[in-house]
Amino acid sequence: MSALGRAGLLGSVRKRVSDFRPGHDAPTSPDDRLMADLRTALAPERVQFDSAGRSLHSKDASVFKGGVAGPTCFPITTAEVQAISRIAAEHGRAMVPRGAGTGLAGGAIPLGAPVVVALTKMNNILEVDVDNRIAWVEPGVINLDLTRHLTPLGYHFAPDPSSQQVCTIGGNVANNSGGPHCLAYGVTNAHVQAMEVVLPDGQVAMLGGLDPEPAGLDLRGVFVGSEGTLGICTKVAVRITRNRPAVKTLLLSFKTISDAANTVSGIIASGIVPAALEVMDQKITVAVENYVHAGYPRDAGAVLLAEVDGLAAGVAVDAAGIAAIGRANGALEIREAATEEERALLWKGRKTAFGAIAQIAPDYYLHDTVVPRSELANVLAKVYEIADRFDLLVMNVFHAGDGNLHPLLLFDARDEGVLDRVHAAGKEIVEASLDAGGVLSGEHGIGVEKQAYMGRMFSDNDLDHQDRLRKAFDPTCRANPGKVIPMGHSCADIQALRRVPTGVWG
Amino acid sequence: MIASGVAGRRITDEVAQFATLVGSDDPVAVEGNRTRWDAGGPATGSPRIVKAPAGVVQYQPDEMTVKVLAGTTVAELDRALAGEGQRTALPQRGGTVGGALAVGENHPHTLAVGALRTAVLKVTYVSADGKIVSGGGATVKNVSGFDIPRLIVGSLGTLGCIAEVILRTNPIPAVSRWFHTLADPFAIYNELLAPAAVFWDGSATWLLLEGHEVDVDHQASVAAGIGELTPVDGPPDEPGLHRWSLPPGELQATMTKLEGPALASIGVGTIWATEPQPERPLSPAVEAIHDRMKTFFDPDRRLNPGRHPGRR
Ligand SMILES: Cc1cc2nc3c(=O)[nH]c(=O)nc-3n(C[C@H](O)[C@H](O)[C@H](O)COP(=O)(O)OP(=O)(O)OC[C@H]3O[C@@H](n4cnc5c(N)ncnc54)[C@H](O)[C@@H]3O)c2cc1C
Repeated sequence: MSALGRAGLLGSVRKRVSDFRPGHDAPTSPDDRLMADLRTALAPERVQFDSAGRSLHSKDASVFKGGVAGPTCFPITTAEVQAISRIAAEHGRAMVPRGAGTGLAGGAIPLGAPVVVALTKMNNILEVDVDNRIAWVEPGVINLDLTRHLTPLGYHFAPDPSSQQVCTIGGNVANNSGGPHCLAYGVTNAHVQAMEVVLPDGQVAMLGGLDPEPAGLDLRGVFVGSEGTLGICTKVAVRITRNRPAVKTLLLSFKTISDAANTVSGIIASGIVPAALEVMDQKITVAVENYVHAGYPRDAGAVLLAEVDGLAAGVAVDAAGIAAIGRANGALEIREAATEEERALLWKGRKTAFGAIAQIAPDYYLHDTVVPRSELANVLAKVYEIADRFDLLVMNVFHAGDGNLHPLLLFDARDEGVLDRVHAAGKEIVEASLDAGGVLSGEHGIGVEKQAYMGRMFSDNDLDHQDRLRKAFDPTCRANPGKVIPMGHSCADIQALRRVPTGVWG
Repeated sequence: MIASGVAGRRITDEVAQFATLVGSDDPVAVEGNRTRWDAGGPATGSPRIVKAPAGVVQYQPDEMTVKVLAGTTVAELDRALAGEGQRTALPQRGGTVGGALAVGENHPHTLAVGALRTAVLKVTYVSADGKIVSGGGATVKNVSGFDIPRLIVGSLGTLGCIAEVILRTNPIPAVSRWFHTLADPFAIYNELLAPAAVFWDGSATWLLLEGHEVDVDHQASVAAGIGELTPVDGPPDEPGLHRWSLPPGELQATMTKLEGPALASIGVGTIWATEPQPERPLSPAVEAIHDRMKTFFDPDRRLNPGRHPGRR
């Protein structure tokens, strides 16, 4: 995580967030009554308000600043989360749920000194139910810990974000997270059957069910991806996926990134559904190769990592199909991982790409948009042109199979004026993606990062209806206020942020 | 085509006309082909009946997406997609795309085509006040904003009248084969990596295998190791009118209790039966969210009056 670009980037965004704070920087007051009440509900040491903790909990892995944390609670039971909700409501305070804080859109950043509800101590795997092919887990369970737990049983949890060694299942649910292997298996929403949530008014509700068509509206589906704005998830039934007996991983290298992109479109159009299709451009490939020595070619314009899994015979057919499409698109080299070690090394390269770039520049901004697969080559050409024009270094490593771009802008925040250029380039990248028929975010979410762009994708009516959905769960806007929907569209949010008593601002 | 300020937003004439038709005053009920007309309770209060427009608007086989007007029959959609070797998760029972989505029942081969609720990438509907509203996005992956498509699937037209959707498509596998066997359906389901359907009537089992021919042959030989397999044209008709939704782990116990003929979908949890499933009441907290959702989306309760998501 150390490589995350946390330097003071995007001054203008910081200003926007702090617009909702009182005009003066009043001194911190520990808000004794609130603390005392919280400490009647939870063991006192699990209610914290020290400056180091508050500073940590005022940020996530994004570049956004301006968060102000109130007391941080570490509940261990659903009843404690309920008690926190009720106490927060009595004190007129909002709440922000928090997992590992690896979100990249600012979703866990507390706005207006809410009570931070850190779910990291609710980290038990409660039950693995093979008859129903689900596992009941608490939200603080680390994504990879669940898969490790399931391995001896022959199962895994399919969503595999690159941050899977640290991010929590609760965070995955709240952000509807994806990962390289979500191409064939679907993102988190396809893997959540049911969940227990504490609603903003403190009531507990079970959403979804273990049956295929639970009665009523699909509130489970609505909750997944809601970025902590509909309540706090305290227990989840996630689907467990059978491990595949056969897997083949291919590394294809190309002269240009468009050749790689066209190969991706060709594979999908042919009807093959690979487990993963990841592309890296030359700059990131070289950085990764220097970092992990995975055997990636340094001289190729782009590499494509393609994986197929299933039964041995069909996997061989698909791997041959992918190789043929690669050759037709001018592949320079096609290599199949011969051993499990080689395969693991290729994936290690892909999954540590963000660590690798630390050698190149001290700061980065990772973007996340999706474009139609047929537009990949065009939009990438624009991304390079935009970065060039703003005199910025850009690298691309992305989930090509579903058109999910992750342009990575590298810079040194100490350079005069660089932040403005990063911001302006980012805006153009988002707009180029939208203009190509794409969307704002594929997996990181909107948070505070992309609120300002929501009006480019949705009309006022659309946003108004999103706000109605949100208020059906949270009529008084107590759950993570100030996120996702742009401010002007959700007046209750602004009220919630302004109702904070003076004297609690840090 | 009217372009608005939103990137890529095109409102087709048919959708604009549907918005005018739905209007903003009197009670309306949207009619598809009336194959599930009483789902969620009968229409009450003699609403004006409207029909959604029909037609495949834009099919992009390379993107694996199709934009289709809600009044299109699922049969017509299936025909358009089959030409390119693709299909969707929508069940084909003589109804329309909008009707299938409003009712929210899965395809009988859910294991193969995926759950219905994952099929909708973007939805455009007419709101209670006659406005055109969209949620979701055109791409196969998207987490931009609240997930309106999930809310609309299974909402029985009570929150908005579905006008147009973009659906995810899937490739039709090279080979599809049905088998009949007397082997234990649960053993079959657990032994095979990815059966496309396993149906059980309490004594006999029907197995659908799909994929590359080599994989289908392999899976068939694994299943034959559990019990003798006979190739057949297809499964029996679904007995009875009623559809049960159960955790897959409860199928065995429930099947032994049912009186009349029944067919269970192993690994999924659906049972088709002659008797209805007992009502599954919503919890008070969930009911309260439903009430608020209805109030916020349709304050005058003019959209599909009488229908209640969650009632059988
Ligand atoms: C190096 C790196 C690589 C990454 N790679 C990927 C990737 O490949 N794919 C991807 O999708 N993302 C990726 N991410 C983003 C991030 O890891 C995911 O969004 C992750 O799911 C967040 O989990 P978390 O536990 O850190 O949540 P947090 O960041 O703590 O919280 C995220 C959001 O979830 C809410 N939340 C947390 N817990 C709950 C709960 N129990 N109930 C309700 N709301 C809750 C928070 O309020 C916040 O809005 C990456 C991040 C980093 C730093």
